[in-house]
Amino acid sequence: MTLTEKLRERISGAFYNHGLLCASYPIPIILFTALCILACCYPLLKLPLPGTGPVEFSTPVKDYSPPSPDLGLQQGDLGERPDWYLGAPVAYVQQVLVKATVSPWQKNFLPVDVFRSPLSRVFQLVEEIRNHALRDSSGVKSLEEVCLQVTDLLPGLKKLRNLLPEHGCLLLSPGNFWQNDRERFNADPDIIKTIHQHEPKTLQTSATLKDLLFGLPGKYSGVNLYNRKRVVSYTITLGLQRYDSRFLSSLRARLKLLHPSPNCTLREENIVHVHFKEEIGIAELIPLVTTYIILFAYIYFSTRKIDMVKSKWGLALAAVVTVLSSLLMSVGLCTLFGLTPTLNGGEIFPYLVVVIGLENVLVLTKSVVSTPVDLEVKLRIAQGLSNESWSIMKNMATELGIILIGYFTLVPAIQEFCLFAVVGLVSDFFLQMFFFTTVLSIDIRRMELADLNRRLPAEACLPPAKPAGRAPRHVPPALRPTTPHTITLQPCSFRNLRLPKRLRLIYFFARTRLAQRLIMAGTVIWIGILVYTDPAGLRTYLTSQVTEQSPLGEAGLPPMPVPGGVLPAGDPKIDLSVFPSDPVQLSENQTQQREQKSGLEPLDRLETNQPWAQGPEGKGNGQLELGAEAEVTWGAEDEEIWRKLSFRHWPSLFSYYNITLAKRYISILPAIPVTLYLNPQEALEARHPQETNRYHPFLASSGAKLDAEAQPGPASSKLQGHQDVTLYKVAALGLASGIILVLLLFCLYRVFCPKNYGQNGHSRRKRGDLPCDDYGYSPPETEIVPLVLRGHLMDIECLASDGMLLVSCCLVGQIRVWDAQTGDCLTVIPKPRLRRDSSGVFDYQESWDRSPDGKNGLDESLENSHQLKRMLSPPPQPLLFCDQPDLTSLIDTNFSEQVKVAASEPRLRAVGGRQKETGYDFSSLVGKVYEEHGTSSSRSFSRLSAPHGQAGFSAGSGGPGFRVCGSEEGGCGRRRSLGEEAPAGFDKPASLPSWGGDLESSVWSLDLRGNLIVAGRSNGKLEVWDAIEGTLRSSNEEGLSGITALVFINNRIVAARLNGSLDFFSLETHMSLNHLQFRGAASRGSVPSSPVPSGGGTIPCELTHTVLCAHHKPITALKAAAGRLVTGSQDHTLRVFRLEDARCLFTLQGHSGAITAVYMDQTMVLASGGQDGAICLWDVLTGSKVSHMYAHRGDVTSLTCTSSCVISSGLDDLISIWDRSSGIKLYSIQQEMGCGASLGVISDNLLVTGGQGCVSFWDIGYGDLLQTVYLGKSNEAQPARQILVLENAAIVCNFGSELSLVYVPSVLEKLD
Amino acid sequence: MPRLEHCGWSCSCAARGRHKAQPGDAAAGLAAKVGEMLSSSVSSPSLSSVGHGARSPSTSRAGSSTSGSGSRSSTLNWSQHLVQRSVVLFVVGVFMALVLNLLQIQRNVTLFPDEVISTLFSSAWWVPPCCGTAAAVVGLLYPCIDSHLGEPHKFKREWASVMRCIAVFVGINHASAKLDFANNIQLSLTLAALSLGLWWTFDRSRSGLGLGITIAFVATLITQFLVYNGVYQYTSPDFLYIRSWLPCIFFSGGVTVGNIGRQLAMGIPEKPHND
Repeated sequence: MTLTEKLRERISGAFYNHGLLCASYPIPIILFTALCILACCYPLLKLPLPGTGPVEFSTPVKDYSPPSPDLGLQQGDLGERPDWYLGAPVAYVQQVLVKATVSPWQKNFLPVDVFRSPLSRVFQLVEEIRNHALRDSSGVKSLEEVCLQVTDLLPGLKKLRNLLPEHGCLLLSPGNFWQNDRERFNADPDIIKTIHQHEPKTLQTSATLKDLLFGLPGKYSGVNLYNRKRVVSYTITLGLQRYDSRFLSSLRARLKLLHPSPNCTLREENIVHVHFKEEIGIAELIPLVTTYIILFAYIYFSTRKIDMVKSKWGLALAAVVTVLSSLLMSVGLCTLFGLTPTLNGGEIFPYLVVVIGLENVLVLTKSVVSTPVDLEVKLRIAQGLSNESWSIMKNMATELGIILIGYFTLVPAIQEFCLFAVVGLVSDFFLQMFFFTTVLSIDIRRMELADLNRRLPAEACLPPAKPAGRAPRHVPPALRPTTPHTITLQPCSFRNLRLPKRLRLIYFFARTRLAQRLIMAGTVIWIGILVYTDPAGLRTYLTSQVTEQSPLGEAGLPPMPVPGGVLPAGDPKIDLSVFPSDPVQLSENQTQQREQKSGLEPLDRLETNQPWAQGPEGKGNGQLELGAEAEVTWGAEDEEIWRKLSFRHWPSLFSYYNITLAKRYISILPAIPVTLYLNPQEALEARHPQETNRYHPFLASSGAKLDAEAQPGPASSKLQGHQDVTLYKVAALGLASGIILVLLLFCLYRVFCPKNYGQNGHSRRKRGDLPCDDYGYSPPETEIVPLVLRGHLMDIECLASDGMLLVSCCLVGQIRVWDAQTGDCLTVIPKPRLRRDSSGVFDYQESWDRSPDGKNGLDESLENSHQLKRMLSPPPQPLLFCDQPDLTSLIDTNFSEQVKVAASEPRLRAVGGRQKETGYDFSSLVGKVYEEHGTSSSRSFSRLSAPHGQAGFSAGSGGPGFRVCGSEEGGCGRRRSLGEEAPAGFDKPASLPSWGGDLESSVWSLDLRGNLIVAGRSNGKLEVWDAIEGTLRSSNEEGLSGITALVFINNRIVAARLNGSLDFFSLETHMSLNHLQFRGAASRGSVPSSPVPSGGGTIPCELTHTVLCAHHKPITALKAAAGRLVTGSQDHTLRVFRLEDARCLFTLQGHSGAITAVYMDQTMVLASGGQDGAICLWDVLTGSKVSHMYAHRGDVTSLTCTSSCVISSGLDDLISIWDRSSGIKLYSIQQEMGCGASLGVISDNLLVTGGQGCVSFWDIGYGDLLQTVYLGKSNEAQPARQILVLENAAIVCNFGSELSLVYVPSVLEKLD
Repeated sequence: MPRLEHCGWSCSCAARGRHKAQPGDAAAGLAAKVGEMLSSSVSSPSLSSVGHGARSPSTSRAGSSTSGSGSRSSTLNWSQHLVQRSVVLFVVGVFMALVLNLLQIQRNVTLFPDEVISTLFSSAWWVPPCCGTAAAVVGLLYPCIDSHLGEPHKFKREWASVMRCIAVFVGINHASAKLDFANNIQLSLTLAALSLGLWWTFDRSRSGLGLGITIAFVATLITQFLVYNGVYQYTSPDFLYIRSWLPCIFFSGGVTVGNIGRQLAMGIPEKPHND
């Protein structure tokens, strides 16, 4: 034992144990792996989320200095600093946040007054800022020096040319709408229109002009007609090139001085640096998207191969989860050990997935699934794992090796990739072993349970004749690995057409009620949004709650690094005392300003104290007296209000000047709060004359209402009233449109749908016998209408056809010849009129039998009548037989019971010789019945021997009028007694005469060529009948043993007998010629131009060879093709004979049971199936075995081949399709009970199988059910026992005593 | 700079396309020999002779087998199948050309996607069709050679593997476009190793290797020729007139397209049973 082998054994042993472990404790192991994944992914939380959103970083205002551009020079807290925080920002943004209100408010004011006068103050403020200059020791520093100088706008923005500043400081304010011209503003009759004229009509994510100029989101500005708070906010945005702390603080101090905002709680200690990521363009996205598409295709094609499991989707999901979480784990682990990923994660991710791959997962699944099914789940998993262990380890080692080689390329990017890949591979292996294996075990267990549930009834119903002790032998465990999946048919009612895809989609929708659920969810979300965004709704309530409890609101804010020495914010009083902002700086730098300020200070104090003192009581007081006093509040929501702007606000602003912010950052300085109180006088002055006119009527109407109410807060209630009206209007409109919609839909429904659509569909449900599936879908009426051939009294046992004619033989030995094209019954053998001599009743019956033809009288000779009948070939002829009621129930009761018992046995005849022997007992069984019935019948039975029959037949062949078949005595005796019981019952006797034939022997085998029928009987007699005339042409009773199988090729007949001997006969006719001629003529039912004298002369049938002891046991199967004859016997062997001289060429041994089915075609390929459930393929030329497959549990009942497949059916009701060359099972079809043996191949890719009252067409290549044809209602319960495929694409199936002739032109057209 | 790089890539693709275009016609039914086509399509005599010397037996045999099979399969079904395959391959080639082109351009252009798109579609309209044709021909050539040599390609014949192969090919392109290497030799060696790894992982057939090398060789020669004639230029040529990693790209491209072609050739009968 070499080292490799040892290692191999070790590994497989380890895997085996591991598989046992996984399958034994699935839940704990899954929990464990989940924990592992989570633990390994935990470091990922630290990584920034991918995306293009800006990233922020805050530094305190105090001691701020722009970061140096060189990373090396930075010292101190490097860890906290993001790596983009290098060098100066693109710009510093200083916002002056203005809140203005008209106070006190008078009730006769217009809605425009809310914002008109506050906006007018912006010009003043802008002027102030523009002209601000810092004078200190170093000289005068004006805004022009520090601000960001912008140049032209981009050429595409001509529209904005007048609105955005060019060639100068970047200073934005609402005043830009009027080109910073007070006069224009005053002359503007409609402010709102001016503001909104540049708003985009469509939905837009980037910043709008209004947002840019106001510097805060439009809805916060308060510039609209329904502003209940009557506070207007806007900002003046200033872009600065350099950070000059002294200049800025002087500006701040100046503005605060002029427009103090006493209760302002804004914290002003942080500069926020906002870093903008690189923007991803379409050009970059295309390759990325392509790689992802390829990745998804890869995953799709990989997971599609997962097969034969309970839930494909579940396992595919598990596989994907395995790979993805292994990647996450690898990144997490690498981060944990200090390696930060520098590669673009999104880009390398698909490649990582592809490198790691899903192959192992698939291999594992395949290996586990192909373990023997009957093993325990644990063992299956373990076995599957250990089978593939070596290859998995080898693959793993190879991949690791390749990746390690990649590590030595010394390219940093590749090295990093390799590192991730290695860790990913290892963690993937871990997850495969623990997570996926466990999931697989759960899945397999579920499948086993489901299988058990499904299989149980089928096995329980297997024929009890099969001895139980034999069962284990038929389950060789070795064959299981090659078992592909099984197509299980649903119950018959469910087995309809293969639905078209669109229907399936619709059914899917219907089943899952997708539309309803979506609509429901949508409605709920919609209602939620409505409630939330309703002006009187939840959100206002919530915000008011939040603003009232401002400490709580502040606590909710993210904590900011607060530098030491800054006073705690939130206390207005302290804020007020701090108000001479940054006293240190001031005292140091600005003496002049300080003086100025100190002069103003007391005044300011006074002013500011006033509202402040008013505050507490003003809440109660001021509202009582007309509510006129308004107060500007500064709350938490005003803090860094720029955060509420779109994140594309700044990039779009700068991009107007062709400055990109991609990969750069801007610093946003704390806003300067400015509060403006305007007195009513100012507001009145600012008013535009047109506005008075326009808003007057509304004011008057609402004013009346207000007077009536006479309550505090008149303006707000006025607005409320206005809103109520709109609300009602909207509600009314909505209701109206809803009603109209419903009416419209109703009309549409009436137009498009037939009136009786829902009312049990008379036209559709006419075929109530057709089953409907769950959705009420019944198969459409197909053009395939089966032709039902009735006439046989008992179950049909043998069928033969040559394409033109169809011969069937029932249990009682009656042979009927049908026209395969039209379904007419041409001949009945033995003829029903044979009992003419016995009684008048039968005479009459015979004439009745003829009378529907109406062509001939009783006196005409039988030959003439028959020819006439054929010549005219009347269409109602099938009615002759179809009209007759089923008579089996009318037959003498005790007798019919016995017959039924007997009849059930030949059904099993095909199974094998054992059953056959019981079939042989049939006659004795019947005989017993006869003994009970009467003495005459017993007599007849005692003479159940060849000589008697021969006598009868020889007499019959003498003259046309004298044909007597069967034992007259027994049959007639019985007939007579029956006739006495029911003398007038024509129907009854009509069915009975055929009983005469079977008493001596039953027909066991049948074949047809041209117009000659060869029948082999149980008593060893070989008969040759003329199919058209119904005359016996030849008879041979040299053998005494029953003929179990017959082959009729050209003019040779080979008969296989029960005792294992083979007889070769030859007919001395011009059969081949005859055959052809007949074909040409037969279709039109003219006189058959038979070369044989129509008088019915005998055809000599010579026994040419006899192989006495071809087999030791009865021959069960016989096939001839390509000049070879193959026999299969119960002695487990097959023999190949040359047809010419009956020489045995080969004896084929290989089966361990009796041969039950044989197939051979012109290519000399022989397939045989036996009772051991095995199928062997042989080469007849050499006599060698080509392949051997274990096919069925139990006997192989039938076998056929196409050019590429072998199709077999067995007692286990499975139809299996095998690849002919490789012997690999392609798939199998689970059949219904008792229909196992009925199958036929129409073309190379069309398979017909029988079911309960139906036949199904399958596409052999794909195993798709193409169509199911139901053969009438009455046959519902009858399984199709035999299927015979005719040459003209018709199939004949045998349902008990009826035959169905089905033409399948449409299917053929579609397929060929 | 980006323009040049882009042009280089596109022209090289085009060269491949043009070179393979005529055998494509042969496969479509013009009974012509690939060997003649080689000599006629490549203008430089020395080059054609080298091309012959390298691989003429196999290519001519492939050509004859192509035409032979074309005439043999007069049945509608087979030719339909052929047309379908070539259409699919053509589409794949066009798509890959566009995407990989973009990848090459991206190296220098990061922003202003509009401009990129416009340059992509204005300057080289003939690149994608040429690449598509090349892909169709190579993809049809591979299974033909397989059948001619009598060794059907059985290794990893499934779509998942093909997808993996395409992904690796895109990855190689990605690497050539985006990675920063110390020097060009290192880059070329790495890419060569990657290409050989691609072949070993997904192909492992002699014919695949041979055809891939032939394609790489011929296409590189044509590119050299075109550059020599001044049709376009490379930004920093280090291998005569072109970039040294170009043959690796051609090789892996050939293997990839061949893989797709083989899979398509097995195509429809291989359709897995889905029930």
